[in-house]
Amino acid sequence: MAQSFKEALNSGKFVVTSEIGPPKGTNIENMRHHIDILKDKVDAINVTDHQSSVMRFPSIGGCLEIKEHGGEPILQMTCRDRNQLALQAELLLAYTRGIRNVLCLTGDAVPVGDHKEAKGVFELDSVQLLRAIRQMESGKDMGGNDLDGSVEFCAGAIVTPEANPIEPQLIKFEKKIEAGAEFIQTQAIYDLDNFAKFMDYARQYPVKILAGIVLLVSARMAKYMNENVPGIFVPQHLIDEMAEAPKGEALNKGIEIAGRMIAELKKYSICDGVHIMAIGREEVVPDILAAAGIDNHNK
Amino acid sequence: MKSITRQKSLEEVEHQLEGLERVYIIGCGTCATMTRTGGREEVLDMKERLQEMGKMVTGWTVIPTACDDMTEASLNENTGFIQSADCILVMSCALGVQKVGSYISKPVIPALDTLFIGVEDGPGYFHEVCDQCGHCVLGYTAGICPITACHKGLLNGPCGGTNNGKCEVDKEKDCAWTLIYQRLNEQGRLDLMRKYQPVKNSQIVLRPRVTIIS
Repeated sequence: MAQSFKEALNSGKFVVTSEIGPPKGTNIENMRHHIDILKDKVDAINVTDHQSSVMRFPSIGGCLEIKEHGGEPILQMTCRDRNQLALQAELLLAYTRGIRNVLCLTGDAVPVGDHKEAKGVFELDSVQLLRAIRQMESGKDMGGNDLDGSVEFCAGAIVTPEANPIEPQLIKFEKKIEAGAEFIQTQAIYDLDNFAKFMDYARQYPVKILAGIVLLVSARMAKYMNENVPGIFVPQHLIDEMAEAPKGEALNKGIEIAGRMIAELKKYSICDGVHIMAIGREEVVPDILAAAGIDNHNK
Repeated sequence: MKSITRQKSLEEVEHQLEGLERVYIIGCGTCATMTRTGGREEVLDMKERLQEMGKMVTGWTVIPTACDDMTEASLNENTGFIQSADCILVMSCALGVQKVGSYISKPVIPALDTLFIGVEDGPGYFHEVCDQCGHCVLGYTAGICPITACHKGLLNGPCGGTNNGKCEVDKEKDCAWTLIYQRLNEQGRLDLMRKYQPVKNSQIVLRPRVTIIS
């Protein structure tokens, strides 16, 4: 990889990130395959941290694989499963292995996942985790003790531009930036007018914003997300477009829509980049980029 | 403020009573009566259930407030029936179970699970109000506790799982931080929500928690 994610963010280019989900088990072949597909196509690859509170191979394990394959990882770190000691220890490990990017998340609730009786930790929240990273960078741990060798991370967080009500989310967004977030990856956005309005507000803050692009694979998926996923709003015209795709062509239609949205975001410089979530269809991310007119992104 | 309890399954009660044939039952006239888990009616019902299991019930009583010092006097009044029992089945919260256990050397068996400390908003509807975290933040959160009212106990605002003012774990439950936002907004005090709240001290009173008031 030519440059670090932080360098890419600061270069002024339209930044592209994507993500992979580690396996449930020790068979990491598919994850490696996804890393191979993505590592030269995007500026950085997020690795999810027991996404939806489903127990999996760890985020840091996926990040180490990305490093070994010459890619640039973003360590997704939730506050759901680790107390202060465990979070900090993992950051120390990550730093020594060349992982330089962390996405700080609160984490999904435990009961939505597959270990419904497990204890949710949540000793920290995402804002406090961002501050903890900045404190560790100053050479002190959260207990105020000196570190023998500190860390340095490009730290980021998320925001949900379509949340209802939006005001409480924006207060938290501002707290994340005050806490030192350098980049924001948004929840999936589909209505570019709404998103442009959010960006009019967000532009006043010194933070890079990557719009979340979730690949649509069917009209049913779009409707499901509208009904069940907080902060996702797929406009009816996109649902219709997916529904009207000829049989067997829905995935291609989804790729076309994602590509079209990315191209528009880039063309009008609406935001600083995109974060593409293909959710199990990572192999089509290069097709989405091609549809967006972004080829050989890192060449 | 009440101890909110739920009756254990009869299977678990029976399992706990394995090898203990003669049972004395104690209910509680305060919280467990209000939650209809250990009042007079429930104690009498339990007596029948135990008899159906083949147990001998030596007697029963409902102590006015099982967790206070009057418990000892109440137990003394019933010494004979208690002495002839193999164990005491207590239909109160864990406070009452432990209080009874402190006066009696016989096995003390809980018939209820203590769920939380809460209040009754309407008939039969109880909600948790305090986690006894040791450092109250209600002054910053418009009197709504984010430790108990937010599933994750978040201190710096809502998570991304909230939707239309509801919580990601249950669409019937309100998002605490949406409520806090609305009330602070009405009070013109949103600056409190913008203020950074540091990580809570989890060791304010070390467990086992004891405090001495002089």
